[in-house]
Amino acid sequence: MSTANAPVSIEEIHADLQSKFSDMIGELRREPAATGTPYIVVAAEWIRDVCLYLRDEPRLLMNKLDLLSCVDFRQINGQEYAGQLGVVYHLSSLRQDGNDWRTIHRCALRVYTPVEDPRVPSVSRVWRHADWHEREGYDMFGIRFEGHPDLRRILLPDDWQGHPLRKDYEVPEYYNGMRVPY
Amino acid sequence: MGLLNKLDSVDGFDSGNIVLTSVESLLNWGRLSSIWQMSFGLACCAIEFMAANASNFDMGRFGVIPRPSPRTSDVIIISGTVTLKMASRIKRLYEQMPDPKYVISMGSCANCGGPYWEHGYHVLKGVDRVIPVDVYIPGCPPRPEALLEGLIRLRDKIRHQTMVKHTA
Repeated sequence: MSTANAPVSIEEIHADLQSKFSDMIGELRREPAATGTPYIVVAAEWIRDVCLYLRDEPRLLMNKLDLLSCVDFRQINGQEYAGQLGVVYHLSSLRQDGNDWRTIHRCALRVYTPVEDPRVPSVSRVWRHADWHEREGYDMFGIRFEGHPDLRRILLPDDWQGHPLRKDYEVPEYYNGMRVPY
Repeated sequence: MGLLNKLDSVDGFDSGNIVLTSVESLLNWGRLSSIWQMSFGLACCAIEFMAANASNFDMGRFGVIPRPSPRTSDVIIISGTVTLKMASRIKRLYEQMPDPKYVISMGSCANCGGPYWEHGYHVLKGVDRVIPVDVYIPGCPPRPEALLEGLIRLRDKIRHQTMVKHTA
């Protein structure tokens, strides 16, 4: 049991993914360089296959999606991410060790998608609980998760206009006859 | 109105069959002593609101009974942040309550938007934009004592209601 639960470092996961998916996998980054959580950049159209591999590969077994969050990168790091939205996936491997459940290792993935037509394959068939995370991403950022079973707004009313966590979002003057600004 | 002070006291009424009062004060007294509230909570204020209902503060001693339906409620306590999505629901609940009905706006969010006043794209900046409010309770969230104070203010308001048109 102890050898099966050996942790795999993110550098090893990155090398493994690169040998499997070649140039669909970008570099391994840290922001800020010394202290930030390392993440692997993945080509957006391959994210579902990469996630499926990470989940099912016996050495890795990333069986838990801790968090799926979307970010508007346009005003965060200047020109580097110009015109891009992103989705960040935090994965962990939760396994039984005797009577305990332990997190063996973690990794973070990131994809970028253009703000004009943001489309990212859905991972809700890989981890079922990605469903509502992706609906929230769609609600707040307007990212279309392709292959999602039920991509509707989750928090805001169905008749809401726009996606409020985008940096260029303008608060409407009225919503259904109710004045919105203070 | 002091009726209850007559109970078992030496200066009670001489005849057991007669009680003197005005219709108005009798109605108001009955109304203010049985303010039935709607079981309705929105956000963190609802936690304080529940504490006010529980045994330490015991809002029930003022005749406040939680009701499961707006149709049998006298007061709705807006305890928390009113989102734009919720605002139309609140308006509908308020319209389902029978007259006379009262509204207590509890906490900064329900009063004016609270911490969401500037960047809260989804928050109604004060519940008085959709329904009329009788008592505003400041605080973020207000302590149960403050809610009781607000309730007593509402009782005062009901006590002084009148059916007579005031003339100058």
